[in-house]
Amino acid sequence: MSARVTGGTALLVKNGRVIDPANGVDAVQDVLVESNTITQMDPKLPAPEGAEIVDATGKIVCPGFIDIHVHLREPGYEYKETVATGTRAAAAGGFTAVCCMANTDPVNDNRSVTDYILARARSEGVVRVHPIGAVTRGLRGEELAELAELAEAGCVAFSDDGKPVMNASLYRHAMEYVLPFGVPVISHAEDAHLTRGTSMNEGVVSTELGLDGAPAAAEDVMVARDILLAELTGAHIHIAHLSTAGAVRLVRDGKSRGVHVTAEVTPHHLVLTEDAVREYDPNTKMSPPLRTKRDTEALVEGLVDGTIDCIATDHAPHALSEKEGEFDHAAFGIVGLETAVAVLLDRLVRPGWIPLSTLVARMSSDPARLLNLPGGRLTAGAPADITILDLDAEHVVEPARFRSRSRNTPFGGWRLRGAPWMTIVGGSVVSR
Amino acid sequence: MPWTRKDLLAMRDLDAAEITLLIDTAASLQEIATREIKKVPALRGKTIVNLFYEASTRTRTSFEIAGKWLSADVINFSSSGSSASKGESFVDTAKNIAAMSPDVVVVRHSAAGAAALLARELTCGVVNAGDGAHEHPTQALLDLLTIREKKGHLDGLHVAIVGDIAHSRVARSNIHGMRKLGMTVTVAGPPTLIPPFVQELGVKVAYRLEDAIRDVDVIMMLRLQHERMMAAGLIPSLREYAHYWGLTLDRLQAHARPDVLIMHPGPVNRGIEISPEVADGPYSLILDQVAKGVAVRMGVLLLLAGSKTGEAA
Amino acid sequence: MSQPLDRFREKAQVLDEAALDRALTRIPHEILERNGGAKDLAFVGLRTRGVTLAQRLAAAIARIDGSTTLPVGALDITLYRDDLGMRGIPVVRATEIPFSIKGKAVILVDDVLFTGRTIRAALDAIIDLGRPQSVQLAILIDRGHRELPIRPDYVGKNLPTSRRESVAVRLREHDGEDRVVIEEPEEV
Repeated sequence: MSARVTGGTALLVKNGRVIDPANGVDAVQDVLVESNTITQMDPKLPAPEGAEIVDATGKIVCPGFIDIHVHLREPGYEYKETVATGTRAAAAGGFTAVCCMANTDPVNDNRSVTDYILARARSEGVVRVHPIGAVTRGLRGEELAELAELAEAGCVAFSDDGKPVMNASLYRHAMEYVLPFGVPVISHAEDAHLTRGTSMNEGVVSTELGLDGAPAAAEDVMVARDILLAELTGAHIHIAHLSTAGAVRLVRDGKSRGVHVTAEVTPHHLVLTEDAVREYDPNTKMSPPLRTKRDTEALVEGLVDGTIDCIATDHAPHALSEKEGEFDHAAFGIVGLETAVAVLLDRLVRPGWIPLSTLVARMSSDPARLLNLPGGRLTAGAPADITILDLDAEHVVEPARFRSRSRNTPFGGWRLRGAPWMTIVGGSVVSR
Repeated sequence: MPWTRKDLLAMRDLDAAEITLLIDTAASLQEIATREIKKVPALRGKTIVNLFYEASTRTRTSFEIAGKWLSADVINFSSSGSSASKGESFVDTAKNIAAMSPDVVVVRHSAAGAAALLARELTCGVVNAGDGAHEHPTQALLDLLTIREKKGHLDGLHVAIVGDIAHSRVARSNIHGMRKLGMTVTVAGPPTLIPPFVQELGVKVAYRLEDAIRDVDVIMMLRLQHERMMAAGLIPSLREYAHYWGLTLDRLQAHARPDVLIMHPGPVNRGIEISPEVADGPYSLILDQVAKGVAVRMGVLLLLAGSKTGEAA
Repeated sequence: MSQPLDRFREKAQVLDEAALDRALTRIPHEILERNGGAKDLAFVGLRTRGVTLAQRLAAAIARIDGSTTLPVGALDITLYRDDLGMRGIPVVRATEIPFSIKGKAVILVDDVLFTGRTIRAALDAIIDLGRPQSVQLAILIDRGHRELPIRPDYVGKNLPTSRRESVAVRLREHDGEDRVVIEEPEEV
């Protein structure tokens, strides 16, 4: 898969606490990897000759984390990020696989772009890359992209992310069209008319700051619409980057009615609120915006009870010039691959808001299940994608040391306890 | 049992006995095409008006030949260059023509229900030659006749209809006709072109060509009306449609039975819904269908115009 | 709305099996005699029993003459009837004449000759199918009451009847027996 893969040598991860939610495992075990595959798991395994031994005592050994919402920016925006740099950022962040969105240049709306991305991943990537294809040509929201061909080329989902598909009839047709291919549609749920010209959440902070804000309703009306369309067509709709309490309620209600709707949430929407914007730092500007405490509480609750199926970073690299200057003019989005795990471990697991095993599930088995991806479990015979965490590692977030080409994060300087310790993809160590 | 209806509007209205009567009559009339003098006096002195609001040379010609071979006087009216283009409404035009006492009016219109509207307004018989996406009964009848002639029977056969089912009057008429005669029907195409709740018409649904054409006796390919497709967001492109739902020779050989029959109501978009080798191949019945069309229309005109219903004998 | 169907009952037998057989033996001889042999002969029977009779006649000629069986066609005259508009269209059965009648001496065959309108329609149909050398008419029962100037060339039996009576020809191939009977309507 990449320049780093050595493969062939055996690897024995010793004595770590193995948390494998899909197989119901939470126990201290050794994990043996041979020829890129997990071959055995047992409390005490002998090391085969020539095997590399990884002493995981006191560490947490999980199925490789999967981030289903990442912008790798290649082709077209290589100055922000490339497949090479983005996957290295992923590896450093503890991820063994990423799904990359279609808003590249050219847009991934036909298979030649999908093939290009997969080829770059094969030659330059250090973690697995699964492309997401566009729903509409050029993301213009007017005509369907060649969805059947994109699915055949290997796209694992369809999304116009970055933009909503405003035309409900077209979106409905897209959902119907992709039914036979078993590939879900991922919705960036936002009413573009209600959000036009806005740069943050509409609330007391936006009023004080004198900035135009987008109300929570701008997201809720589209979440409601998308769930109803999914109900009408029988399609699987996945709502990206949920940010409001209202949306959590709608998703919960949709699921209880039997609609095939799933949802994700970003680490930043779980730990930051609109108050973070008070300094007008463009690194707190993203879409959907940071909301209120009530929203973050509802999101955490939804994540714990499974209404929200998984964590996804919406890693959105931008060049420095695009994230400095006037708040109104700055680009939307922040990077997230290299801070997600530490932020979640320190701010959600440590204080007890979410059990560690639940977090592990939301980052491994759940995203795998959602998009039918390989991985998400440590079963004998499965590819050896393993994420090892150190719950006690203390560190300060230093954007200058990111593997990503971009530095646009609001977490710079945060002191966090807990971090990814080692990332193994297909039996090869890609980050330590 | 004799024919008792004033009009032929929809296959949905007919029962199995009526459908069989129409097909049997058409079968008996086929030999007229083989005569040196293609004329019988059965409809001598009857006037048939072809009222075609939608362009259609083939169907109109077929009805015209049918009427003339039965010795009727056939008048063609097409909507362009006529009072319709001067703004006269559909119903007014029809009433004007009715005032000239035709015996049968054959109508084709882009609005569903147009034939029924005419049938209510006119005292003479009305034949639906296609009303929007609703029905095209003579097409279904000629399809059934074509299949019966090749297979010797109809009940128990399994037919796959592939293409833009949602907008197809040919599909609807065939579904009704085939179901009444004990045939199994599978409709197939991209999900956006399958009408909602179509299963309630008693058909199976497939979304992939391969699944649809396995184990069927007949594959009927529908024309893709590409003018409206992409703008309406129903399919991404003709290219993708042809790639996944086009009937090519290798797909036929890989998935369908070796003796399967191929049909198409025409006109054929070679290279899109069907490849030339298949359209012109040994199991294609496309030209048979056209020949049967004249016989079926002769039968329909004979039964509608040949007897005055509503009068005491 | 059609006429109320009368119920008929058998009044008298006109021909039994043997008599029918004799008639169908005599007529072929007459045909051969009139035409100087079987050359250029062709039979066209009117559906339905006329066709069966034509087949029997053709087979008989083949036996007598020693020639191969002559061609037999089936003619449906529904499309040529002069009373089409007055009742519902009867079921149209196919006309099957799988040979050319051009230059042939066509023997038209029917079971009962009554008003002559059926034969007039048959002549129109024959002319539309080609130009025969001649058309001759072979009839099993002539019951009179002609409304058009039509006369048969070969007759099985002349049978005066009243208009309200009906003549029923029953043939083995259709009805399981060879008989001809007169029927009259039951008094209601």
